[in-house]
Amino acid sequence: MHADWLSLVPEIGQLSLIIAFCFSVALFLLPLWGSYRNNLLMMLSARSIAAGFFIFVLISFLCLTWSFTQNDFSVAYVATNSNSLLPMHYKISAVWGGHEGSLLLWILMLSGWTFAVALFSRSIPLELQARVLSVMGFVAIGFSLFILITSNPFDRNLPIPPQEGNDLNPLLQDIGLIIHPPVLYMGYVGFSVVFAFAIAALLTGRMDSAWARWSRPWAIIAWGFLSLGVAMGSWWAYYELGWGGWWFWDPVENAAFMPWLVGTALIHSLAVTEKRGLFKSWTILLAIFAFSLSLLGTFLVRSGVLTSVHAFANDPERGLFILGFLLVVVGVSLVLYAIRAPVVKGAQGFDWLSRETFLLANNILLVVVMLVVLIGTLYPLIADALGLGKISVGAPFFNMFFLPLMGLLCLLMAVGPVLNWKKTQPALLKTLLLKPWVISLLIGLLFPLFYAEKYSIPVAVAVFIASWITTALISDFIYRLRHADSFISGFKKLSMSYYAMSIAHVGVAVSLIGIVLSSHYSQERDLRLQLGQVVEMAPYQFTLKSLIPIRESNYIADQADIEVQKNGKFLEILSPQKRRYLARGDVMTEVALDAGLLRDIYIAMGDKLSDDAWAMRIHVKPFVRWIWLGAIFMALGSLLAVIDKRYRTKTAEVSL
Amino acid sequence: MHPIRKQRLMMVLLIVIFSSIAIGLIMFALRENLNLFYPPSKIVSGEVPHNVKIRGGGCVKPGSVQRSEHNLDVNFVITDGVADVKVFYSGILPDLFAEGEAAVINGKINDKGELEASEVLAKHDENYMPPEVAEGMKQAGGEHQKTCETINYAR
Repeated sequence: MHADWLSLVPEIGQLSLIIAFCFSVALFLLPLWGSYRNNLLMMLSARSIAAGFFIFVLISFLCLTWSFTQNDFSVAYVATNSNSLLPMHYKISAVWGGHEGSLLLWILMLSGWTFAVALFSRSIPLELQARVLSVMGFVAIGFSLFILITSNPFDRNLPIPPQEGNDLNPLLQDIGLIIHPPVLYMGYVGFSVVFAFAIAALLTGRMDSAWARWSRPWAIIAWGFLSLGVAMGSWWAYYELGWGGWWFWDPVENAAFMPWLVGTALIHSLAVTEKRGLFKSWTILLAIFAFSLSLLGTFLVRSGVLTSVHAFANDPERGLFILGFLLVVVGVSLVLYAIRAPVVKGAQGFDWLSRETFLLANNILLVVVMLVVLIGTLYPLIADALGLGKISVGAPFFNMFFLPLMGLLCLLMAVGPVLNWKKTQPALLKTLLLKPWVISLLIGLLFPLFYAEKYSIPVAVAVFIASWITTALISDFIYRLRHADSFISGFKKLSMSYYAMSIAHVGVAVSLIGIVLSSHYSQERDLRLQLGQVVEMAPYQFTLKSLIPIRESNYIADQADIEVQKNGKFLEILSPQKRRYLARGDVMTEVALDAGLLRDIYIAMGDKLSDDAWAMRIHVKPFVRWIWLGAIFMALGSLLAVIDKRYRTKTAEVSL
Repeated sequence: MHPIRKQRLMMVLLIVIFSSIAIGLIMFALRENLNLFYPPSKIVSGEVPHNVKIRGGGCVKPGSVQRSEHNLDVNFVITDGVADVKVFYSGILPDLFAEGEAAVINGKINDKGELEASEVLAKHDENYMPPEVAEGMKQAGGEHQKTCETINYAR
């Protein structure tokens, strides 16, 4: 009896998903209806419905996880993506290793965010809250329908279930895959909250500083997750693909990067809207764009319309569904925007030398960069639709725009944070920025001289900008402390948001250093390596010591043991592998990494060329870690920003 | 004019000018960096410009992969079931590159009609066929030659 009940777990999961769908319909309709009828009960129901929606999606998700842990290969999705030999943690991460499961994770995140809004937004007016949740409900309807109609993860393989599963793609059997998708989705889906706030504001017609203050923490935290998610994806590609790169301007990477760019513009524009009541319509538009780009990203990844290194076998019909949903969301939002966007009247102006101007420039630059990425990503699709042939857009196109525009943005970033709102006296600017400017200029000019033999101007520029961002922040910090009695009391007086901003900006400087230095100073050698052969890459020497076959439970591998010497002194043995996974016959490169703050040594095996020679990829990459370290700083900044007192006290006061 | 309105007008003008320049530049750069895709039959029939960056693709002909004894030079033949094109490459081939599987090649056609590759791509997923390769082969060989397994290599 007991066993019979458990064998029905997938059906329970399916049923929960259907119930969750019903909840999402209720969540869309009831509070919205209530908000127009002024029916308190209906508006209040939003919270409980949001909780119900979350609980049933969670049950459904747990049921799928259970099927994975129990090796229930009668569930088609489990059979395609798991295997009884898979270690437990990979069985669990395999839940989101394929299309259906990752979609379920998407919905789980959405329901989680919805529930969080219901929990933490009690201080905002009931009408607004009801409408925010209703919009979230609308998004939930779209995705629940999508999963139920086109991608049900609980479909059974009956009557004869396979004895063994197909195994998880070995590329995905990795710590990176366990954490990367959930974090990335947290960010992606998190923008649905700001989107819901924007639509609710349009419906309500209320767009003021208070609105910005309520929606700002949601935007910031979603952005923080997205920053971390994108960085993790890049890190995963770096050590898992074995190509020696960390960003490929691949459509799927761009798909996650575009919402990040607009999200970055959004959190800055929200700051202006909160503090000064300006840029209102623009902020709303950015919120709509950020989420639309998240949907577009989902469409690009899931439909397989683009040739991408990430492209997995996909189903075009699924793509069509998301595309349709995307069009509905964008269309309805933009129409609503056109009708209801706040009419700017009698807004206060600002001087050109003010924080507003610099934030405006920030927004313009970020949106232009986003447009470049968008055009480069979509152009092949458009050209194909117009019959211009199958086209791909190369990385040089993206770099040509991205590098100078982002460089300019970083340069402005040194000045912007020290400016006052509305108007800044040029004299103050001189006090705050001149000394940092001189110091940074010196550091920038001298660094390439001492670091490498060949002088590199881009490196000098990048080091200068990164130093200036940092030193300007320090100078500003000291200036703000000038009236404090002691360092400690002054330190406490500054707001958490101030530290959050500083840390996030330093994070950008750190990433900038990482990107430019690793690109310019990397030593990369792809070569034929014979047993006993020595490769010289000053100050390192690499010797292929031995080639040994390895046999593990789920793969066989060739392993190369390479001795690394620094200036003739033994440093370590690095052992890259070329694996063949037995379940599916997939071949995988296992990179050997010696990671360090100042440089990574990266060795990957290519193909076997003869019994004693392999193609080998040996790279020494200075400062490459800094790219991802910067993203951690940015995420930390977003965390500090949302725990700022001004968001908390407001909540506490009202809930009393 | 009211100073605030004047300021706003300036702002709008600046944005318009700035974005038109940006879009103009983007479109120009895009044209310089486009790589058109061609299946082998089109390359052989001479429809493809020489010494221009293009993207080619097809199935790697079994038994055609030849490696150098001294360095990473490699050459192989790609086919769409109608025509064969020889590809030269120097470097490490991706993990999923294999004889009888689909590959996409970025490179230039030299004067002998051979493809000099700057990059060779194969896909993450064994079931996945790059859409342009699939379509190119469909055009060349009809419905029966849709994948690299069913293609007629011998001819």
